[in-house]
Amino acid sequence: MSASLTLVILMAVMYAAGVYVMLERSLTRVLIGFLLVGNATNLLIFIMSGRPGSSPIVTDTSAADMVDPIPQVLMLTAIVINFGITALLLALIYRSWWLAQLGDEGDTLTDEHAAESADEADATFRSSSDDDDAIAESLDELERGDGATSDEDTTNHAANPARSADAVGRAGASARKAPGPDRGNR
Amino acid sequence: MTALVPLIVCLPLLGAAITLMLGQRRRLQVIVSVTSLAAATVMSAVLLALVDQIGPAVVQVGGWEAPWGIVLVVDRLSAIMLLISALMLLGVLLFAVGQGIVDGDTEAPVSIFHPTYLVLAAGLFNAFVAGDLFSMYVGFEMLLSASYVLLTLGGTGARIRVGITYIVVSLVSSLLFLSAIALIYGATGTVTLALIAERMPDLPGDIQLILGLLLLIAFGVKAAVFPMSFWLPDSYPTAPAPVTAVFAGLLTKVGVYAILRTQTLFFPDNQFSRPLMVVAALTLIVGILGALAQADIKRLLSFTLVSHIGYMLFGIAIGTPLAIAATIFYVVHHITVQTTLFLAAGLIDRVGGTTSLSRLGGLLKSAPLVAVLFFLAALNLGGIPPFSGFLGKIALFQAGTIVGEPIIYVLIAVGALTSLLTLYALARAWNLAFWRPKQQVKNYTSSMSASLVEDPQDEGIVLKKTVSPLMVGTTASMLVLTLGLTIFAGPIFDLTTRAAGNIGSPSTYIDAVFPNGTGSIAESNVGTNFEGGAR
Repeated sequence: MSASLTLVILMAVMYAAGVYVMLERSLTRVLIGFLLVGNATNLLIFIMSGRPGSSPIVTDTSAADMVDPIPQVLMLTAIVINFGITALLLALIYRSWWLAQLGDEGDTLTDEHAAESADEADATFRSSSDDDDAIAESLDELERGDGATSDEDTTNHAANPARSADAVGRAGASARKAPGPDRGNR
Repeated sequence: MTALVPLIVCLPLLGAAITLMLGQRRRLQVIVSVTSLAAATVMSAVLLALVDQIGPAVVQVGGWEAPWGIVLVVDRLSAIMLLISALMLLGVLLFAVGQGIVDGDTEAPVSIFHPTYLVLAAGLFNAFVAGDLFSMYVGFEMLLSASYVLLTLGGTGARIRVGITYIVVSLVSSLLFLSAIALIYGATGTVTLALIAERMPDLPGDIQLILGLLLLIAFGVKAAVFPMSFWLPDSYPTAPAPVTAVFAGLLTKVGVYAILRTQTLFFPDNQFSRPLMVVAALTLIVGILGALAQADIKRLLSFTLVSHIGYMLFGIAIGTPLAIAATIFYVVHHITVQTTLFLAAGLIDRVGGTTSLSRLGGLLKSAPLVAVLFFLAALNLGGIPPFSGFLGKIALFQAGTIVGEPIIYVLIAVGALTSLLTLYALARAWNLAFWRPKQQVKNYTSSMSASLVEDPQDEGIVLKKTVSPLMVGTTASMLVLTLGLTIFAGPIFDLTTRAAGNIGSPSTYIDAVFPNGTGSIAESNVGTNFEGGAR
């Protein structure tokens, strides 16, 4: 099996750096370490495809010239999985930073926050169902074919901006409560 | 029959998608998830019956033949694991539903519980039916990602703290597994289990050793084998009770299943017998010594969970068909009994207000039904005759004495000691929590509780909650299932013996996947660029 020496060295350096950074206490560094080690593993899979060659699915090339496609498939899957887990880890790190900022109050405060966002979600659902009703109504009226309901229509539209303004106000309030990054990471 | 194999993975995934869309409608969510898991249970039962009669079910996904496409294989071992895990998932789901009804959905407030739980189920099933290493990895990742979310459900400080430890440890083991897959592909030119099994014996001994050890370490972290078991007792007890139960019952056993599958297929000469035996003995003894020091019932049970993984490793290390049969029986027994015990601990938490032995008391009077549930399950785990725990251990010891090497006798002694110490730890929990009168709890001094260490995250709160009939009913039916394992131990052991016969020689598995032989593959396989380097 032939492999590019550059890739092998790159992989080794990424493994070493990744493991080193992963052993740090800070969670963001652990994440960076995970990314490095994960990509080093992807490189390892890639190296396992052996000698370089032409693209495998093109029909003109003979089998002897093709590069082995399976490691590329495996790599793609591994990259997608790593991506998803990185997103989850970022969310957890943010959450853990949030809890560290608030100390013991964290749990109680978040409940309040959750209730607020539930209210917001309800408001969104309500306004969207109002919209649905309004659309259904106007459709019905179109079918019936009389235009005597225009004032009803405007009241519906007038009600919705008020609700959404309310929701924006709440979101603003919760954003103000959130600890700003300027307080610094302890 | 073959249609059932992919369906058993797809159905929970479909259920997950539907429950995710039904986020606002709890009742419909419950109906969809219970239905899909019940259907999966029925399908796996049918699959087990058919596979037992006709032989392994093999599905070439998308019509691509084995070494190029993805292949799903269900033999008796896979079918047994599918059925038992589907049963456990269904039972724990009903328990969680019962808890949700009592709490008015405050304890599990998030609508993502059902979809995540179903993804966990799909990942488990996928890992059991996978016919190649990489789809096994994908199954592992599915169930692990779901478990990350379930463990940090609610996002409280304690759960985030242990969740991050758990996630980082799992990630490292997943990356090790992925590296092992890459190296195996480099050495053998395939990821299909059956083809690796055929090509592995031709590799030089030292390369086999490296590949085998990499796989063992990767799966050992997942199965919580000593010394890679430190993460488990810290992380599991923090999750909500139903989540802990399903983690304890099933997640470590996936690791055991993977060790069993790869060891029997790739290394039929059992090269890793000695190191596995040493590790098994250490897992047994260190785990149970940890359990003796715990004041918290959930932590105590987590340590017994680590310890009893040692029995399964012991069976795999002996490697004779009888030992493998005993291991499969023990896995089935341990999944059911450990899940039951954790559910019972969840009930104790609610009727007693805490799971700390230093604050519990008088439960026998106040909650006699919970007492019976805990008592019978504890006796079963401790290995008291005639329960299935006793039968499983006896079968293992018998398989060991037939081989009869000195190190095996040492292991049998360690196993018997562990069994006794398990009984001691659980009997003490019983004495303190159930037998001790409520008024003696304060100012209680006894040598029995002197050495107990509290859970570091315990805040000393006693908060009682009501228990719904559904929760008690589910735990009771789980207990009935463990008793059923005892009563029908004969037929079940016959089944596991047949399953062990299946995996006893890799050729059965290889013939099932490649009915026309593997001779034609070697020349046409593009991946075989290993001839020069590896040999």
